[in-house]
Amino acid sequence: MLAALWAIPALAQRTDIVVGLVLEPPHLDPTAGAAAAIDEVGYANIFEGLTRFGPDGAILPALARSWDISEDGLTYTFHLHEGVSFHDGTPFTANDVAFSFTRAMAEDSVNAQKGLFEPIASVEAADDLTAVVTLDYPYGNLPFNLAWGDAVIVSSQTAQTNTTSPVGTGPFRFVRWTQGDSIVIERNPDYWGEPARLERATFRFIDDPSAAFAAMMAEDVDTFPIYPAPETLAILDADPRFVAVIGSTEGETILAMNNRRAPLDNILVRQAITHAIDRQALIEGAMFGYGTPIGTHFAPHHPAYVDLTGLSAYDPDRSRALLEEAGVGPITLALALPPPPTYARRGGELIAAQLRAVGIDTRIVNMEWSQWLEQVFSGKDFDLTVISHTEPMDIEIYGREDYYFGYGAPQFQAIMEELNLSVDPDRRTELLQAAQRDIAENYVNAYLFQLAKTAIQHVDIEGLWANAPTQATDLTAVYWR
Amino acid sequence: MRVGANLIAGIGLSVFFLALAGVSLVWTPYDVTLLVVGDRLQPPSQAHWLGTDHFGRDILSMIMVGARTSIAVALIAVGVGVIFGVPLGLFAAAMRGSLADEIVMRGNDLVFAFPALVIAILITAIFGPGAVNAIIAIGIFNIPVFARVARGAALSVWTREFIMAARLSGKGSAHISFEHILPNIANTLIVQATIQFSLGILAEAGLAYVGLGAQPPQPSWGRMLAEAQTMIALAPHVAIIPGLTIVLMVLGLNLFGDGLRDYLDPRLRERRP
Repeated sequence: MLAALWAIPALAQRTDIVVGLVLEPPHLDPTAGAAAAIDEVGYANIFEGLTRFGPDGAILPALARSWDISEDGLTYTFHLHEGVSFHDGTPFTANDVAFSFTRAMAEDSVNAQKGLFEPIASVEAADDLTAVVTLDYPYGNLPFNLAWGDAVIVSSQTAQTNTTSPVGTGPFRFVRWTQGDSIVIERNPDYWGEPARLERATFRFIDDPSAAFAAMMAEDVDTFPIYPAPETLAILDADPRFVAVIGSTEGETILAMNNRRAPLDNILVRQAITHAIDRQALIEGAMFGYGTPIGTHFAPHHPAYVDLTGLSAYDPDRSRALLEEAGVGPITLALALPPPPTYARRGGELIAAQLRAVGIDTRIVNMEWSQWLEQVFSGKDFDLTVISHTEPMDIEIYGREDYYFGYGAPQFQAIMEELNLSVDPDRRTELLQAAQRDIAENYVNAYLFQLAKTAIQHVDIEGLWANAPTQATDLTAVYWR
Repeated sequence: MRVGANLIAGIGLSVFFLALAGVSLVWTPYDVTLLVVGDRLQPPSQAHWLGTDHFGRDILSMIMVGARTSIAVALIAVGVGVIFGVPLGLFAAAMRGSLADEIVMRGNDLVFAFPALVIAILITAIFGPGAVNAIIAIGIFNIPVFARVARGAALSVWTREFIMAARLSGKGSAHISFEHILPNIANTLIVQATIQFSLGILAEAGLAYVGLGAQPPQPSWGRMLAEAQTMIALAPHVAIIPGLTIVLMVLGLNLFGDGLRDYLDPRLRERRP
């Protein structure tokens, strides 16, 4: 009897976790969709690429243990790990690398980030453990591109069914998906690398901020990596059971302006709008203080960031003078707001009030995501919108003429072109800074603030990412104290 | 004849909110479009009698202007219901038993079969959110209500002797409906209008709560409640005040409607000591 009692530890360490996510993914195939929620479930847990993002944003080897770059910079040779297999038991080889990249690059590919593969001419398997990627032009950033969730390696056997039953090489394998409620994954006992410490993880989808608060208080959820209600974060943080972890994200929150449409095609009007916005009031009022002001479309924690907030400092008098100078008469603008209740809806209401204060009549139009994507993002039928761009290093979107806000100035495209070709780190920094200045000086958009990663978690949980260098909930190193 | 306590309480509350809305046309303690983030979520105080919301706006001012929005939407929506519903009901009663009656009333049943708020959500989802569309949405579900009430009341009047006399003197159905029937069913319609008015206030608040009513910066009770939802742990008054306001306004109108029915109903009147 006593012996039996001894065998049971007094306080068993928990080996399961319930992670709260705001949005449910539309499907689970990261190579076929742009929704961040897909990677928030699968990245690093179920699927792996040749390289991966580390918690600090550094590019780490993943399925590739190392790689060589040829003298001319045109050939990358990736050396793969041995003894890796997919969750269905199929061994992982260089052929899968070739299959995955060729599939993503194909004409009919549905990959949401085809641009990542743009420099690649061809991919071949030299032998089972060596993948050779040949480029069209020297491109220094390939390991970064291949770390994205959209560039994970899938098996040709299961590529078609990954949307509903994802099969990857990661430390967790998919168990079940209860639509509208949760997704369960469990430890992969045959994982090639360091095994996960958790046995099981459940992702629960809770989009209502009040319900999120209630779920934390009731301990139905152990952590929200991105807690949706900054106003109640302080209350949870004050509770001894929980701790708030504030980190950085790649989310540049901007007031995007339709540069094609009058009067926003006038740089003076755009500049006037930027001077009308009080970033501090916005961060306080919409985000309850969580967020860092930005003056350009670049993450402040990135080493190449330049602080350009001075170019668009809050100055309503300046704003009125610029509108006068532009001579466009009274302006009425529609402000399209996607669903996020914090930065978009609350932020939008504050921005509208600030614009009205300088004489720009601003009409708020609230939209659901599908309508926003269709009308604003694809249809480009909008004046102003508030949106957070959460992809890492996405300043290149300013080079695309057909992008929704429609900048694509030739001098900016030239900077991007040179950036893509340069491998020298110093030159790359210079070019990134020139790009930041160009879009700030041309007042393409009003750059508001960098979204903070406002996580709330049980105090005994260790190993979750503090920052969000990419959209992911990496559970590989998570454990309960 | 005694005026019931219900009626007095109902009139009191209704008049209070009407007055609040009226005063807001000329004066509010603060500008409701003024967002002062630094003053946010203050509890009730001398400067702000009902405190401030998450943008530092004065809640009393918002309740006052919100009363205007609520009352305007509900009033016009009831108007829509009366203007379209009553003639339809009178027409159906005049044509009682005919195919036209069937068509009108079955059409009414069709609209009536949908829960009111669902109709409203459907309409605002198609035509976009906004106060005008909320009026249309609430107005449409008022039409069958008034049509039914008007038809039912009119049917009983049609059997009365003075209607026979009017018909014998050669008056047409339309004439009789408007000259003799309508005045005789007016009491019923007024009571129904009061009840529909309170339902209209509730529907407007409901639509605004789900984001389909008046759009910001126009204040609205329902949206105040929705926005306060996540703040309730921080500053309970931002949710309690608009919630209580909606309850009191709807309660007031219901008491008013009930009291009015009792007051106007001759049978109930006689029974009273």
